Amino acid sequence: MIKKNKEPLFHLVKRDTLPRHIRILIRLGAIVLALILCAALTAFFTGINPIQVYGSIISGAFGSARKTWITLQDLSVLLLISLALTPAFMMRFWNIGGEGQVLIGGLATAACMICLEGKVPSAVIMILSFITAVLAGAFWGFIPAFCKSKWNTNETLMTLMMNYIATQIVSFFIIVWEVPKGSGKIGIINQNSHDGWMPALFGSKYMLCITVSIIVMVFLYIYLKYSKHGYEIQVVGESENTARYVGIKVGKVIIRTMLLSGALCGLAGMLLVGSINHTITTTIAGGQGFTAVLVSWMAKFNPFTMVLSAFLIIFMKRGAGEIATNFGLNQSFADILTGIILFFIIGCEFFINYKIKRSERHDEKGGSEC
Amino acid sequence: MKKLTALLLAGAMVLSLCACGAATQTADSGNTDASTTTETAADTAADTAADATTEEASDSLDIKVGFICLHDENSTYDLNFINGAKEACATLGIEPIIKTNIPEGQECYDAACELADAGCSFIFADSFGHEDYMIEAAKEYPDIQFSHATGTKAHTENLANYHNAFASIYEGRYLAGIVAGMKLNEMIEAGTITADQAKMGYVGAFTYAEVISGYTSFYLGAKSVCPTVTMEVTFTGSWYDETAEKEGATKLIQDGCVLISQHADSMGAPTACENAGVPDVSYNGSTKTACPNTFLVSSRINWAPYFEYAIKATANKEAYDTDWTGTIATGSVCLTELGDSVAEGTQEAIDAAKAKLQDGSLHVFDTSTFTVEGKPLDSYMADVDTDANYEGDHEVVVDGYFNESGAGFRSAPYFDLQIDGISLLDTAF
Repeated sequence: MIKKNKEPLFHLVKRDTLPRHIRILIRLGAIVLALILCAALTAFFTGINPIQVYGSIISGAFGSARKTWITLQDLSVLLLISLALTPAFMMRFWNIGGEGQVLIGGLATAACMICLEGKVPSAVIMILSFITAVLAGAFWGFIPAFCKSKWNTNETLMTLMMNYIATQIVSFFIIVWEVPKGSGKIGIINQNSHDGWMPALFGSKYMLCITVSIIVMVFLYIYLKYSKHGYEIQVVGESENTARYVGIKVGKVIIRTMLLSGALCGLAGMLLVGSINHTITTTIAGGQGFTAVLVSWMAKFNPFTMVLSAFLIIFMKRGAGEIATNFGLNQSFADILTGIILFFIIGCEFFINYKIKRSERHDEKGGSEC
Repeated sequence: MKKLTALLLAGAMVLSLCACGAATQTADSGNTDASTTTETAADTAADTAADATTEEASDSLDIKVGFICLHDENSTYDLNFINGAKEACATLGIEPIIKTNIPEGQECYDAACELADAGCSFIFADSFGHEDYMIEAAKEYPDIQFSHATGTKAHTENLANYHNAFASIYEGRYLAGIVAGMKLNEMIEAGTITADQAKMGYVGAFTYAEVISGYTSFYLGAKSVCPTVTMEVTFTGSWYDETAEKEGATKLIQDGCVLISQHADSMGAPTACENAGVPDVSYNGSTKTACPNTFLVSSRINWAPYFEYAIKATANKEAYDTDWTGTIATGSVCLTELGDSVAEGTQEAIDAAKAKLQDGSLHVFDTSTFTVEGKPLDSYMADVDTDANYEGDHEVVVDGYFNESGAGFRSAPYFDLQIDGISLLDTAF
């Protein structure tokens, strides 16, 4: 018997780094392919002209001045939460507790607005809201970081559990503050006095969130790329042992970074409550603490690229409502389309990093078994 | 070669699988077609009706109307509104714009404003938590009419273009309670339970006046035919939580409740009842198809009469009620068809009570039929005007009955008393 050399039909080869324009072309190609597949599925399953569906998605996001503003505002909130999580993920600290950190920041803001109404000037409420929200978020990030650095607890589980605690605390306070009794709703806080409502910026109520997220984006870019802290975060992320070897106090970096991450999430919570919704519910973060993880990873932790990945998610979300209204398609249909597009975008990274080769035949041994 | 053949074979198998999938799909679409046809038939009927009304109502109804729903048609609560909106709009010959899955936050304000931007002159929202955001939108667009179901603030906001609407669904629940009471009597006569074991269970969402008013009227309906009945109520802390509602119903059944009803929007409680073989009175619509053995009856609010009334008024530029309460007479309060397992004579009992409710000789919250902490109720200051301290502000006991959703008060229920015979298992929410 001739011992046969088993070879797969194809094999993978790691590519050298491709030139920048090729990488961009591959990604664009993936999006185009995804759109074609989405169109085919739409036509096949719903019988609706996919071009109309795409048109509807665009008009849902940009159909009027108001829609455009809302899209930009939603984009800025998601961007802010993604930015907040980025330092932690760069450090390979799996902070999936963004949801809870946002909620607890929002709760601090709501508490300031409800308890201080009419007692102190509105400006004081705003300043206190800001301080308490940032502190609350930072504290919520600090707990898992402290436990990690002290006892090496699993941060994924811990941050996740902190989310549930935050949700329960918020539902407790909703019942304390509910109006009318038993309804389980707080309603708009200070609807008539507007005490503690964050101010409009440049004459637009949407600009505050947008401005804050732009400032944070630039700050974080500089912080991660050019500061010593940023460098330490990267080293810890690459290898904790290396970091320890070069004299970086890993525990300190973890705690410091999570304080920053939590504080920025708290800031997002403050904007959600004080500037956008003016109420607090357990679902006010709307899962964005998790979506942000995806946004941050898709952008490879680059704060500027994050605008694009966050935009994609928000654009599809805004379009989803519109196609639900126009075509009677369920909201889930837009989620399916988003899923397909994300699959292609993430999948194309594989083709950027690897190429597939048809295996060469090894016929030297004469065992032509084909 | 072997490999290639294997690949080809695998490919062929995948393809044939696809073909099977496609075949099932065709069968499915066959079913859908069938249902579409019936719908079309219904539509045509509605259209003819619409034509008839349009002729007399003149052609002034070329207005746009928008509806904001908390969930989509998968929630029985929202489905009930969507059906009402479609029915009313078909009658009036207009096309509604329906926005679904709008949360109770700034998104509601945004949706309302987007509908206003799109040219709607009547905008409606269906969920309690939408109210404040609808008020914000109403302030911004004084020329557009905003209506909100289940809200409590229209009568104190002093906005000419903001309205609340509800229906005297407590009357529907009272009638459903009679169905339940008759069933209990049947069980007592058959010897399945003793008169003292006639305990009902109720799955509520929150300890909110709307829920309290609902379960109390249901209980009083049952008590009017079965005097020994008692009831236990559990709360889920959510208007839609299938798991919690199912668990709540199961807990009540294990606790010895022999009949279940609910005020929460999922199929959780009816499913639990069907599994345990316990009779069930559902809400928002019939659950007969899903629960054929245990379904008794369901009460629901038919919103079509309100939509027709409000949209017509908007189109004719007439003012309409700030607080509108639909009744049995307006066709707003409905009972579904009865289930197969109801007791004999149920329909007659319902008809008799319905007639009395309509001519005013019977009041659901007649103070002679219940006691609070052992004492009859002579006077009660209800919290009609919403405030953060829950202060009572209106005397609502008049002529020997608690005037629920009465004229001059507000349309949303405010009965929040704890009457004897009903025990609450948990009041965390």
